[in-house]
Amino acid sequence: MAKPKVAFYWCASCGGCEEAVVDLAEDILKVVDAVDIALWPVALDYKLKDVQAWKPGEVSVAFINGAIRLSEQEMWVKLLREKCPVVVAFGSCAHLGGIPGLANATSREEILANKYHRSPTVDNPDGIVPQEETHVNGYDLELPKFWKDAKRLDDVIDVDYYLPGCAPPPELIMQAVTAILEDKLPPKGSVLAPEKALCETCPRNDTKPDDMTIESFKRLATSTPDPDKCFLASGFLCMGPATRGGCGERCIRGNMPCRGCFGPTPDALDPGLKILSAIASRGEADTEESSRAFADSLADPLGTFYRFSLPSSMLKRRVTKE
Amino acid sequence: MSKRITIDPITRLEGHGRIEIFLDDAGDVERAFFQVPELRGFETFSLGRPSEEMPRITPRICGVCPTAHHMASTKCLDDLWQVDPPPAAKKIRELAYNLFMMEDHYIHFFFLAGPDFVVGPDAPAAERNILGVIGKVGMEIAGKVIRVRRECRQIMETMMGKVIHPVFGLPGGVSKGVTEDQRTEWLQTADFAVEFAQFALQLFDDVVLKNKDYVALILNDAYAHQTNYMGLVDDQNRVNFYDGEVRVVSPTGEEVSKFAPQEYVDYIAEHVEPWSYVTFPYLKKIGWKGFVDGPDSGVVRAAPLARCNAADGMASPLAQQAYEKMYETLGGKPAHATLAFNWARLVEALGAAERVKELLEDREITSDNIRTEPTATPSEGVGIVEAPRGTLIHHYQTDDNGILTNVNLIVATNFNAAPIAMSVEKAAKGMIKGGVVNDGLLNMVEMAFRAYDPCHACATHSLPGQMPLVATIRDRSGKMIRELRR
Amino acid sequence: MAEEAFEPKIVGFLCRWCSYTGADLAGTSRIQYPANLAGIRVMCSGRVDPTFVVKALNDGADGVLIAGCHPGDCHYSEGNYKAMRRYPMLMNLLEQFGVERERVRLEWISASEGERFAEVVREFTEQIRSLGPLNWQENVAACCEAI
Repeated sequence: MAKPKVAFYWCASCGGCEEAVVDLAEDILKVVDAVDIALWPVALDYKLKDVQAWKPGEVSVAFINGAIRLSEQEMWVKLLREKCPVVVAFGSCAHLGGIPGLANATSREEILANKYHRSPTVDNPDGIVPQEETHVNGYDLELPKFWKDAKRLDDVIDVDYYLPGCAPPPELIMQAVTAILEDKLPPKGSVLAPEKALCETCPRNDTKPDDMTIESFKRLATSTPDPDKCFLASGFLCMGPATRGGCGERCIRGNMPCRGCFGPTPDALDPGLKILSAIASRGEADTEESSRAFADSLADPLGTFYRFSLPSSMLKRRVTKE
Repeated sequence: MSKRITIDPITRLEGHGRIEIFLDDAGDVERAFFQVPELRGFETFSLGRPSEEMPRITPRICGVCPTAHHMASTKCLDDLWQVDPPPAAKKIRELAYNLFMMEDHYIHFFFLAGPDFVVGPDAPAAERNILGVIGKVGMEIAGKVIRVRRECRQIMETMMGKVIHPVFGLPGGVSKGVTEDQRTEWLQTADFAVEFAQFALQLFDDVVLKNKDYVALILNDAYAHQTNYMGLVDDQNRVNFYDGEVRVVSPTGEEVSKFAPQEYVDYIAEHVEPWSYVTFPYLKKIGWKGFVDGPDSGVVRAAPLARCNAADGMASPLAQQAYEKMYETLGGKPAHATLAFNWARLVEALGAAERVKELLEDREITSDNIRTEPTATPSEGVGIVEAPRGTLIHHYQTDDNGILTNVNLIVATNFNAAPIAMSVEKAAKGMIKGGVVNDGLLNMVEMAFRAYDPCHACATHSLPGQMPLVATIRDRSGKMIRELRR
Repeated sequence: MAEEAFEPKIVGFLCRWCSYTGADLAGTSRIQYPANLAGIRVMCSGRVDPTFVVKALNDGADGVLIAGCHPGDCHYSEGNYKAMRRYPMLMNLLEQFGVERERVRLEWISASEGERFAEVVREFTEQIRSLGPLNWQENVAACCEAI
């Protein structure tokens, strides 16, 4: 009996999700024993025309990573959705928008102004910009359209499962692949990771007081975290309380606070507002003035609370007047 | 009517790309374009973020070389906050960095470019990949490759928190130290790594250099360009990945420039074309003369062979031997054969392995003093490292609170963007003749970019965004009479 | 062609013990104030999750009022202090999204301050009127690629 086939594809991606699969190390040999990989541009030579020729259902699962940022990516994910019965949003970008999602706090206009007026190295007296259609001496060339915003995978196609993380850790990938191969998947739409917040499994949980108060936020630029103490209790913003666990607390063990790449726990409508509510109420401030000072000690709430999830926020993006 | 061949997408590299080949009536290649159709906007969406978050944001430019961005960013923060890390912190950073150079070079050699040599450039597409390589070299060797990368990456993860997107870099040091137990345990991996690095070079010798067809391919003029070369060197002009000054040499090996990170703006500029999202850096003092070779062209190459060309040698004995042997075979320095980048990559990996061992033998690496906290008011900083794929520049400006106001990144593969476009076109012209096109020949065109180990996520990190319209009005003979731009 | 004048839509989260009672007093005293505010009774201003405020703005409100007991008078002792601490952080966040700070207000209004409640609503309505409609979803759609 033929082995089931799987596909990996990348959109506005960094390649880290591909590395995460390779990080299965010796286990990757088990995976290729069990499945045939029908598409994986980083490692295999299958081209667009090969995918176009697939019969529907021939390839069972598509793992798609990266945010959707360009029209070509839209074309690819719609093609894979059409061909594959199961689509998994792989990694933070596909799941929540990821770091490319921070572009939704800017606008094309701002980007233009920075690149052409402020970049110290660009030499572009004619103001050339890459274009969707170019004619160079009789040759017609095309580039895909760069969109106004970055989107998540499920803004563009129907998604069956989400594998969170930037990048998803190998153990979670292995669990997901095994569940797929053994047909033991949870209900459609599930996030394939634990449901509790990171604090539950954090090695520093014992040092997190029940009645924690925060005097003001410290900056990592100028202060150094204690390797054994709860970050929030020490005054360093940590997204742990509002972030799903399952990552092995790697950042914590590197003595750096969580930045929320796994996304919110199931009950949170908006991950940023959840953490805001939790930490703000713990400020040691009893006047309006000290409340303002406490809030101002936290630099860049948008970029910190929504580092990986801006396109998933309730407000969706910053509104910029064109 | 010219015939058009599209390779879409290009494969076995990091990132997106498309090659468009136009044939003339005789079926020979008239022009070929290497287009990079991706973009995300890092330089702009980083603005407004606190500077110290950049070592955790910029690695997301590339998950294959995140450590390069992490380190360039961390060094940029040292400069920005005007703080000098304690010696142990620098050694810790350099240790993690050399482990990274090694494992990244191996993923390229075995997973990405290697299949072309081990399985064959025109082997069936279904076999031209790591699985085909494993089939050819056998499980024992495959096991070694997987093991050396796994061990390196596990150490990196322990040191830096995460191996995909490290976290430990701080202005003035690192967040986590190395224990004595770790140091002695990791020395075993260092020994294995040095042994493996020599084995990899031997494998290259057996599989590639002893194969006359492959050697002919490497020395084939279709894959050669006489360009300028650049790379970081230490105070003895030896290759250094973590620190030093940038040295540029001409196609005949004379030193053209040498500059410190803070001076890069005087030496590097970026050219823009409408048919690709990537910008094309060039040597400012020479100027942009087009996609052409030669000492009078501003085009400059980066990454392994270029680094070796720009330096006078390697900093460790075994790597130095391998370096000398390589140049002997290639017919002297500088070497111009693009496919030889794959060889230089293995020489560098050996150098990285030796440096890992040297650093782990130094007890200072277990010191508790791993950070100096900044006290100055930040304003501007530059950090440069040699990423596996070339010179990587991070440049930040902030307000008094260290919140980013301006970010400029010139990222490794960017430097090779023009060379890659040139190499692909030259290879296409060399490989495709008389209208004969098949999968193997097209793959041999792709090999021209693959030697550079490109990273397009890196090269296209940012862009302007607005797609203005250019309308050209032509008369009946096709002559352009007016051009309107939005 | 007469254009429909903009009537601000304001959502008010009013704490049951003080502010909502104050609003009631304005009503029973027949103090006139604009009908632009839709009041929602919560048990305490500390119950107001920032998500409520943002949801209101996202769903069409042009302004949001959070009203609670004066500091020191909270029926649950600490609740209004939580509101006090959340408010400036929420404002800093909303500003980064492009929402004007003036669109969300935190006021302390006691059960006996009927006239004060009316005055706050009058003033806030005029302020929102001069800011104009928020039209959040429409403005977001204009900045997003339609697919």
